[in-house]
Amino acid sequence: MNCKGVIREISNYIDDELELAIRQELERHLEHCEDCTLILDQTRKSIEILCDSEPIPLPSELRTRLRTALREKLGNKRA
Amino acid sequence: MPESYACIGGCDHHLSTVNPHRLPSSIAREDEPLLVAAAKKGDTAAFEELVNRYENKIFRLTMNITGNREDAEDAMQDAFLKAYAHLDGFQGDSRFYTWLVRIAANEALMRLRKRRPGQFSLDEPMESEGDGDLMPRELEDWRPSPEREYAQAEMQTILAEVIEKLEPEYRIVLVLRDLEELSTQETADALGISVTAVKSRLLRARLKLREKLNRYFRQGAAN
Repeated sequence: MNCKGVIREISNYIDDELELAIRQELERHLEHCEDCTLILDQTRKSIEILCDSEPIPLPSELRTRLRTALREKLGNKRA
Repeated sequence: MPESYACIGGCDHHLSTVNPHRLPSSIAREDEPLLVAAAKKGDTAAFEELVNRYENKIFRLTMNITGNREDAEDAMQDAFLKAYAHLDGFQGDSRFYTWLVRIAANEALMRLRKRRPGQFSLDEPMESEGDGDLMPRELEDWRPSPEREYAQAEMQTILAEVIEKLEPEYRIVLVLRDLEELSTQETADALGISVTAVKSRLLRARLKLREKLNRYFRQGAAN
C-alpha cells in the first residue's frame, strides 16, 4: 500500500472499519512512513478536539423565546 | 427551584430537580427513555427536562450546519416544537437524542438551502470526490497539546471558523458523525444519502479539518 492508499483509508482506519488484511497492510506502511503517521496522528487529534468542544451556552433571550413557544404549543396540545 | 427548571406547562410535578447537564452521560442516557415515556403521556415537565438537557447541543448543531445565527435559532426552536408534536411517532428504536438530531439537522438544512438555493446538493457526488486532491499538502509538526494553549472560548471560536469554512456537504457529515456521534448508517439515514457517500465525505471532511487546524497548531504559528 502506498501513501495514496493509506490516505484513502485513513478515516476507515480511525473508525476501525477496515478488514484485517487491509489494516495490517496499512500499519506496515505506517511503520516506515513519517508523513502518513503525522497525518494520521493530526487527523485523530483534530477529531478529538472537535469531540471535546463544549456546546454553546444558549443566549438567555433565545432560551426565553424557546420556553414561550413551547408553553404555547404544549398548552394547545393539552387543550 | 431555579428558573430554568420552572415547568413549561405550568404543572407542579417534576421528575428531577437535578441539573441534567451535570449528570454523567451514562446516567443521562439511562433515564432518557423514562423521560420520553413520561413526555408521551403528557408530562410536560418531562419534556422540559429533555429540552434542558439538549438545547445547548442542538443549538450548536444548528449553528454548525447553517452558519447563521438567526437560522440556527429558528431551526432549533422548530426542531423542539416538531419533536414535541411528533413524539407519538417516536418508536424508541433509536436514542431520543439521535431522533432529535435528525429533526434538527433537517430544519437546519432546509434553512441553509433557502439561503443558498442550488449551491449544494447532498444527493449527488461532489466533483472533488475523486482521489486527485486527497493527498494533504501541509505537513508540519504541531505544538505538543495545542488545545491546552487556548481558553475554551478561543477554541470554540477557532472550531466555529474552521467548520464554517468547510463546504456544507462536508461539514454536515462531519458534525453529525464526529460531533453528534451518529453512526455512519444513522448519518446516511438522516441525510438520505448512501453509506458510501457518508464515508467518502467524512474522509474529506476530516482531512480538511486537519489541514485548517494545522494553520493554528503548527509549530511557529501564533496562538
